[in-house]
Amino acid sequence: MPFLLAVAALSAAALAYEVWLVRAFAIAQWHHFAHMVISVALLGYGASGTFLVFVRERLAERLIPGFALGAVLFGITAPAGYMVVRALPLNALELLWDPYQPLYLLVVYLALAFPFFCAAGAIGLALTLRPKAIGRIYCADLVGAGAGALAIVGALLLVPTGECLGLISGLGFAAAALVLIFQAPARKWGMALIVPAIAAPLLWPAEWSTPRPSPYKELSTALQVPGRHIVAERHSPLAWLTVVDSGATPFRHAPGLSLSAESEPPSQLGVFTDGGAMTAINRFDGDLETAAYLDATTAALPYHLLRRPRVLILGAGGGSDLLLARYHDAAKIDAVELNADMVDLVGSRFADFAGNLHQMPGITIHVAEARSFVAAEQRHFDVIQIALLDSFSAAASGLHALNESTLYTVEALQSYVDRLAPGGMLAITRWLAVPPRDGLRLFATAVQALRAAGVDEPGTRLALVRSWKTSTLLVKNGPFSSADLSTIRSFCRERSFDLAFLPGMTADEANRFNLLDRPHFFEGATALLGPESEAFLDRYKFDVVPTTDDRPYFFHFLKWRTIGELLGMGSGGLHLLEAGSLILAATLLQAVLLGTVLILAPLTALRKRGLGEASQPLLRIRVSIYFLAIGLAFLFIEIAFIQRFMLLLGHPIYAVAVVLSGFLIFAGLGSGAANILSRRLGVTRGQIIWLATASIGVLAILDLLIAADLFNALRAWPQPMKIAAALGLIGPLAFFMGMPFPLGLAHTADHAPALVPWAWGINGCASVVSAVLATVLALHFGFTAVVLLALGLYVTAALSLFLRSESSRPPPLRF
Amino acid sequence: MERVSAASRVIAASIVAVLVAAAPPERAVGEEDEFADVRDRMVDKIEDIAGAVGPVDGRGGIDAAVLAAMRRVPRHLFVPDELVDLAYADRPLPIGYGQTISQPYIVALMTDLLDLEPDHVALELGTGSAYQAAILGELVSRAYSIEIVPELAAQAAARLARLGYENVTAREGDGYYGWPEHAPFDAIIVTAAASHVPPPLVKQLKPGGRMIIPVGSRFSVQHLLLVEKEAEGAVRTRQLLPVRFVPLTGGH
Repeated sequence: MPFLLAVAALSAAALAYEVWLVRAFAIAQWHHFAHMVISVALLGYGASGTFLVFVRERLAERLIPGFALGAVLFGITAPAGYMVVRALPLNALELLWDPYQPLYLLVVYLALAFPFFCAAGAIGLALTLRPKAIGRIYCADLVGAGAGALAIVGALLLVPTGECLGLISGLGFAAAALVLIFQAPARKWGMALIVPAIAAPLLWPAEWSTPRPSPYKELSTALQVPGRHIVAERHSPLAWLTVVDSGATPFRHAPGLSLSAESEPPSQLGVFTDGGAMTAINRFDGDLETAAYLDATTAALPYHLLRRPRVLILGAGGGSDLLLARYHDAAKIDAVELNADMVDLVGSRFADFAGNLHQMPGITIHVAEARSFVAAEQRHFDVIQIALLDSFSAAASGLHALNESTLYTVEALQSYVDRLAPGGMLAITRWLAVPPRDGLRLFATAVQALRAAGVDEPGTRLALVRSWKTSTLLVKNGPFSSADLSTIRSFCRERSFDLAFLPGMTADEANRFNLLDRPHFFEGATALLGPESEAFLDRYKFDVVPTTDDRPYFFHFLKWRTIGELLGMGSGGLHLLEAGSLILAATLLQAVLLGTVLILAPLTALRKRGLGEASQPLLRIRVSIYFLAIGLAFLFIEIAFIQRFMLLLGHPIYAVAVVLSGFLIFAGLGSGAANILSRRLGVTRGQIIWLATASIGVLAILDLLIAADLFNALRAWPQPMKIAAALGLIGPLAFFMGMPFPLGLAHTADHAPALVPWAWGINGCASVVSAVLATVLALHFGFTAVVLLALGLYVTAALSLFLRSESSRPPPLRF
Repeated sequence: MERVSAASRVIAASIVAVLVAAAPPERAVGEEDEFADVRDRMVDKIEDIAGAVGPVDGRGGIDAAVLAAMRRVPRHLFVPDELVDLAYADRPLPIGYGQTISQPYIVALMTDLLDLEPDHVALELGTGSAYQAAILGELVSRAYSIEIVPELAAQAAARLARLGYENVTAREGDGYYGWPEHAPFDAIIVTAAASHVPPPLVKQLKPGGRMIIPVGSRFSVQHLLLVEKEAEGAVRTRQLLPVRFVPLTGGH
């Protein structure tokens, strides 16, 4: 039992380290980059299997010291690895320019792969040397990982990011201490290890592991200006927020402000999310004239068309959109903000500076995720405004290409329009990309949403205007009147904004102030409304097809056939490729290549020693197919379901904590149950596998079929009920998904024990590739396809190892 | 602790600035220097890229005067010592303080788009290394440049003085309101990041004048924003891609 607890603790520490690294990289560099680095580092899991194939025999009698060594090395290298990374002058932006950068990246991979290698090596060793306990060990591994996911989310809520690393390191030492204390000869070593287990969390200097933002991030450059300094910070698993006092040089944050604006932004505090994506808190003393500058942005348009509107703002941020609504005499304002820390900063910590904006009569702030808030909302609004909170540079360079965004899908737009009062307007402001991308996709999405809602002529209800930097789309609940249209025309003329689309406008009205080489927006919008829409979407150089909840990649615009053309442009063309997509491709390539090497390398050794011998070449192939298939399938389903449940649970932290830990813990219980079924109740492994495969198929398809309707029904429920419902849906599925791995491994242990560590390694590599591949597949085919593919993989796995029932009957154990 | 290190950084930077300023001019402009050949190759490369990109804003290739200026300005004296070997590569280089010296092709293209004449007065926001300011100095009668990071501003002013750019004046400060004493300007170039085009700058642009703003990150320019003030005062902007791009809706 202490041993299983140690397995769970080490597994928890490794998973916590993985989650922590994602946060650390998101702060120091950029989020998309985090995923590449960590995916590749996770190949340490696969490498541990390869390593164990070679040393398995030498360690045969040394499970306890071997495990303890792995755990201790994890405890040391987890913080040490990050310190190496922190000391390197790695600059993701320079990767394509500077020949040294790929070298630094390689060092980063190695430094971070080693801790995972140590932890996975210790657990893999246990699975290899204790074949009879495979079910229990794997159960402890998964349950531990699930607990680790919950624990790190809790830790990131409670302590600054830098301090978490001491906790993770301490947990590694604790795992080692736990196995040694109960072994008489090693007890004193176990006792000694309690010291670092306790000391690491308490004494670890947080500043050694506090992520340092790259000098090229917005926060760093803002702080180069004399007098600017950080006045407040907030940490959470969601983001690291910093508030910067502007000193003598105002921020003057006013994205897309008209060139003819007569007023300036007031004094502002800059709020940076993970060192980037600045939003501003405006100084407000009750004099609304200080907010006049906001009227010189495209976002002000809906307020010129409606009197005393009831407003819903999705994304309150620093409060500019609230001020804008207030400036235009909104009757009532409800504002939704995802990040409670942001609400605390604007509404409480800097409430004096912000003029007690959140407390003003008629203003109500809700901490919630936009989609789930709207779904649960019963009231109707005159204006629903979606704010522009992501950063321009991130959007322009395609950093978000791989972020799912359910804010802008067809289903989302339908739900917003559903909450509009008659004559009310949905107003969505986006950055303007050149060549046009977001604006056209949003338009296409709105057209489809209106059509789906039974509107025959969506073109009568849509208006799109743009500055050189932003575009604002209006979707009206009802056709625009001629008075509306003349107001929109004068609004744009006074501010030198362009009409991109208005019902009944002519081509010569477009593209007047901010000239593109052609009136792309007008032409695109017109084409999207006409019978040529499909042909236009097909012909357009970028992918601007409407996004759906099943394929929610709003920021992914790259078409495969355009890549060749862009690459042909040399360095200039590279900037038009989305960084996110490039990095995804690079990650997949690296993971597949390294994974293949790690999987194939041990084969020569196995052959040389006559293990997995001549009589069983077929078994080797079957084992490899089996573990490859279940490794891919498990994460395919896990990732697809995290994505789906994000919609139900709203908050990404809940989604990850509940879905990820729920998945792991239930899968752990499933693997334990499989063990009991096969060892105590005499059910053959073949029977259990087929039962599990059939159950996974039925449950996953059931979840796919009912999820959308069920989520709609549940959205208004309180959060604890939603979490319970999510676990009710995930639990049974994950329970059966936990069975194939330990059953297959036990089967392998019976027939060819030498292949056990190899199978562990294959599963590790497949998991890494799977996580990346799931995104690639979802980008193109949607999450439903990913789940269906996973089901096919489970069937393939079952067929490969348990086709004939006799092969599943365990022969007498050979040791 | 943070404050101490910040202060020491400022002191160190000031010392560097003073040393740079006091150092004797090792290589003066115009002198045959060991970098003349690589500089020529850099300009050849710019012409190659411009040829491959094709017309930007209707003009084919970079103006000969701009290319000549780039053949003269010793770019290697504008980069940190450890990067001198890369000074003439067609790539942006870090110069510290989260800033970069732009890719030579982008410098050439932006300068070209300003349509400079020898009698022009130009303003630059974001001096950085002062390389762009020196190029302006080669082409116009007076150039003014403002840098907000004090250390960079000090280095840039010292460097320009040392290289003898007497018609270029650089100062430290906030560029939002331009430089009213020397306004209006025939050309304005804004290399400092901004969330919008400062309206006061638009006012300081002469009728017929042009303003250019690169949009993107420090290491990759996504597109260029060209602001034109017509003779009668109307302002138009245009977004120009620094690359060749076949029409968006199919291969014509």
